[in-house]
Amino acid sequence: MDWQALTLSIKLSLAALLFLLPIGIIFGRWLAYRQFFGKSLLQTLLTLPLVLPPTVLGYYMLVTFSPTSGLGAWLSSTFDTSLVFNFQGLLLASIIFNLPFAIQPMQRAFAAIPREIRDAAACCGMKPSRVFWKIELPLAWPGVVSAMVLSFAHTLGEFGIVLMVGGNIPGETQTIAISIYDRVQAFDEQSASIMSLSLLLFSILTISFTFWLSMRSEQKYG
Amino acid sequence: MAESPKMAIHIRLQQQKPIPLSVELECKEGELLALVGPSGSGKTTVLFAIAGLHKAEKGIVRCRGELWQESEKRQFLPAHQRHVGMVFQNYALFPHMTVLDNIRQALSDSPKSEQIIEAQALLKKVHLEGLENRYPKALSGGQQQRVAVARALARKPKVLLLDEPFSAVDQVTRRKLYRELRTLRQSLNIPMILVTHDLEEATLLADRIALLHKGEILQTGTPEFVASHPKTATVARLMDQQNLFTAKVIEHDKETQKTHLRWRGIALEAFYQPQLLLNQRACWMIQPSDILLHRRDKPTKGDQENPFQGKVVEQFESRGLANLLVEIDPELKINIAINVPLHVARRNRLAIGENIGISLLREGIHLMPYQKLRRDVL
Repeated sequence: MDWQALTLSIKLSLAALLFLLPIGIIFGRWLAYRQFFGKSLLQTLLTLPLVLPPTVLGYYMLVTFSPTSGLGAWLSSTFDTSLVFNFQGLLLASIIFNLPFAIQPMQRAFAAIPREIRDAAACCGMKPSRVFWKIELPLAWPGVVSAMVLSFAHTLGEFGIVLMVGGNIPGETQTIAISIYDRVQAFDEQSASIMSLSLLLFSILTISFTFWLSMRSEQKYG
Repeated sequence: MAESPKMAIHIRLQQQKPIPLSVELECKEGELLALVGPSGSGKTTVLFAIAGLHKAEKGIVRCRGELWQESEKRQFLPAHQRHVGMVFQNYALFPHMTVLDNIRQALSDSPKSEQIIEAQALLKKVHLEGLENRYPKALSGGQQQRVAVARALARKPKVLLLDEPFSAVDQVTRRKLYRELRTLRQSLNIPMILVTHDLEEATLLADRIALLHKGEILQTGTPEFVASHPKTATVARLMDQQNLFTAKVIEHDKETQKTHLRWRGIALEAFYQPQLLLNQRACWMIQPSDILLHRRDKPTKGDQENPFQGKVVEQFESRGLANLLVEIDPELKINIAINVPLHVARRNRLAIGENIGISLLREGIHLMPYQKLRRDVL
């Protein structure tokens, strides 16, 4: 087992969650409740990472943030930083790639709250912020947790975009999925097999957890 | 309509979208006003505009001296700042909270220590003691409705709004809840507005009804008055009047206080209604309860008033009444609906196919301006 790669993957997944949680809640709620011009276009763009090959997204990120490109050069000269072949770049790629996994379940969860419930809360004298914390978020919570679990698992196992944007730098950008690939290339089948099995079990656990959560919520509140 | 100082709530709304609306309403302290009308007539939109859940393009909503909306001044108080008690159609209880917590949400203005005491007092008022810790899912429809009422009252509302609150419960529970609402009303001195499409419910509960159709109020008044004296044939139709026809106005006789009509070549006498032009067409209606059944064994003087002979073509019994459809013109298939107490129907051996005599009581014949009806027979 490549513990360094596993630790890096977990660190990356957790860091991505830290950003995806507020982004998912804000965008999910916004898309669930508001009608505005260009909503369909925005939804298309946010769903794009779901169907786009990760390598394509990785390629565009590489091109955009490479030190030779306008944006990459500007980042380098202004902030003395780069978003390719390092952890920050990997984090940004993971956030973008996971947007649909984070936003869509949350959007569905917020949309599933009947309008009447939110109206009733307002008629009870609850301010919009209180309605959000006391009514909307607790009711959407199973969807929020599902989104987080899926995003975490997805980041943990992502390969294509990580390889494109981060390369394969042990301790810096080599995640567990890349490490498996690396081990297979080096004919270290035992390590590859242990790591693959670990990821497989983790994925099964993740999906079971999200199903259980959704069932429990259904049973509890009907 | 000039705003009356006696009115606790005054509403004037106008909009084109999302549905056209042009209404003006008032309601007194302690009065229950029913907004009645078919689906899509705008009843719920009016209620939501009062609650602050819908912002009409133009309008004024004034409640007990407070201005909740005045579009000209660009004033609009959001729902959470208006003290309204609202009971939603499906009750809209918070599913993740217990009964007690549902009510406490509307008591956030009170100190926490008092919230529980107040919530329990309200639960007692709606006969739900002991169910404090249940979740809404574990309650029956009737119990959920009572929690919704308790929560609405917890807000210490300036107006109580009821959006079809009885539509999701069975008939037996509904009757029980009607009684409870009537009892509850006696302890509330606030205006109450009930939205319903059920005329019987409105008649049972409301002091006044406002008949809404395509976003406009067609008529307001006591349920009995609107049913017996509709302003137009459309109102009569919406009030489910079955005996609605057209006739020609022949004479207004002030001396005898009669208006003479010609209907299908037959002279018909109505009570004096000189507002309708002579020799013009008019619509007329009569309530089934204003039609007299001729006794076979003992003819009376009343039998001579607009008498007709006909055959019973339909009969069904409901709540102590025999509802009959009497065909008085087989050729034109003109039927008149009448209802008589069951014992009268039995004594007269009324049955489908039987020939009977009926009289349309003059005082019950109400005339309205002409408008084309589905079956326009003069």
